[in-house]
Amino acid sequence: MAIISNAVTIADAGAFSASLGSMILIKTLTASNSGTLSFVHGASDVVLNNTYPIYMFKFINIHPASHTEFTFNTSIDSGSNYNVAKTTTTTSAYHGENDASGPTYYYIDEDLAQGTGVARISGDIYTDNDSSMSGEMFLFSPSSTTFVKHFISDTQRMDYSGAGYSNQWKCAGYTNTTSAVNAIQFSMVTGNIASGTIKLYGIKDS
Amino acid sequence: MGVISNGTTLLDAGALDSGVPTGSMTLIKTLTASSSATLDFVNGASNVVFDGTYKEYVFKFINIHLATNGQNFTFQADTGTNTNYNQAITSTSFTAYHGENGNSGTLSYSASGDQAQGTAFQLLNSTSEIGSDADQSLSGSLTIYDPSNTTFVKNFMATTNWNELNDFTGNTFTAGYINTTTALTRVRFKISSGNIDSGVIKMYGVK
Repeated sequence: MAIISNAVTIADAGAFSASLGSMILIKTLTASNSGTLSFVHGASDVVLNNTYPIYMFKFINIHPASHTEFTFNTSIDSGSNYNVAKTTTTTSAYHGENDASGPTYYYIDEDLAQGTGVARISGDIYTDNDSSMSGEMFLFSPSSTTFVKHFISDTQRMDYSGAGYSNQWKCAGYTNTTSAVNAIQFSMVTGNIASGTIKLYGIKDS
Repeated sequence: MGVISNGTTLLDAGALDSGVPTGSMTLIKTLTASSSATLDFVNGASNVVFDGTYKEYVFKFINIHLATNGQNFTFQADTGTNTNYNQAITSTSFTAYHGENGNSGTLSYSASGDQAQGTAFQLLNSTSEIGSDADQSLSGSLTIYDPSNTTFVKNFMATTNWNELNDFTGNTFTAGYINTTTALTRVRFKISSGNIDSGVIKMYGVK
């Protein structure tokens, strides 16, 4: 039975006809001295398939146990292995609280050329109590079996090297597989994620 | 009484059923400039929410048009009931340029657009370059993370695209942190000199 108000169909056939928004929160993971945080399709209410054409991850105050970089890797076997080949670009800009300027860098030693290891999507996050990283990453059409899977990340962190530094870090590239990506894992290069939140959203296409 | 359609519960107990997927980006407030000196978003005023309700706040700039040629679009934040808008900021800024005449496809760091514990308004474009021709403006977005957190400094990131006064396009990437562990309660946008002639700023909270 349809629900009609003022001649407008609000709901029909078990679904709302009216728009309820296009950005859907799927899952929130909160780190507590965690080695990894993983989103696996079909597990713990995670959706990471063709339900949405675009998936977005939000990183909020990622605080590491060790002074190191934040990373991700993907899986095509539901998280048994996180080792899909990736080719990436990495650019970064620095500026110190003491006005020491860093120009905009291309980080040739941080990018990947068909690397199966983790992709680094932030610089070294300092462990000072008020230091953290926040940012976001888009993953496009992970379930496509035609195209490789593009991703774009953008993060901002506080670093420390004698004085505090602001650092924005942009990493983009593609996971070079035409198999469906069905899991993604976030971790630090070394040590645990002491605290922080990662949110997974799906972006509707209609 | 629940509202059930085709066997699916849509509404119950005065609310959407928990199984109904709803949007996570909530429009909080829209401000429209009309020769405005400043546009302010203050928690608790005029239906603005800027506290721990959301972990992330996004501001969208739509066709910000300057009254004065060659100025900057800027923002600052403040805490409590303070209205000085002078929090310490450390930030980076870089811009890609390309002219309508095909000149200067470049990417450059903007030392005059960053701050080192500066308390000035943070530029969201390269220095003194937005044009005020009738068809020129700035659009883009700014994200402030977890403004009410009292442990961490407040990271922010912005991307804008704007019309340079000599008919270039400028794509500026600004990011940094507001170096306080006190909760932010307000954000102000303004032009470095002169008014915001017209334009819209929308504020969203992200669940």
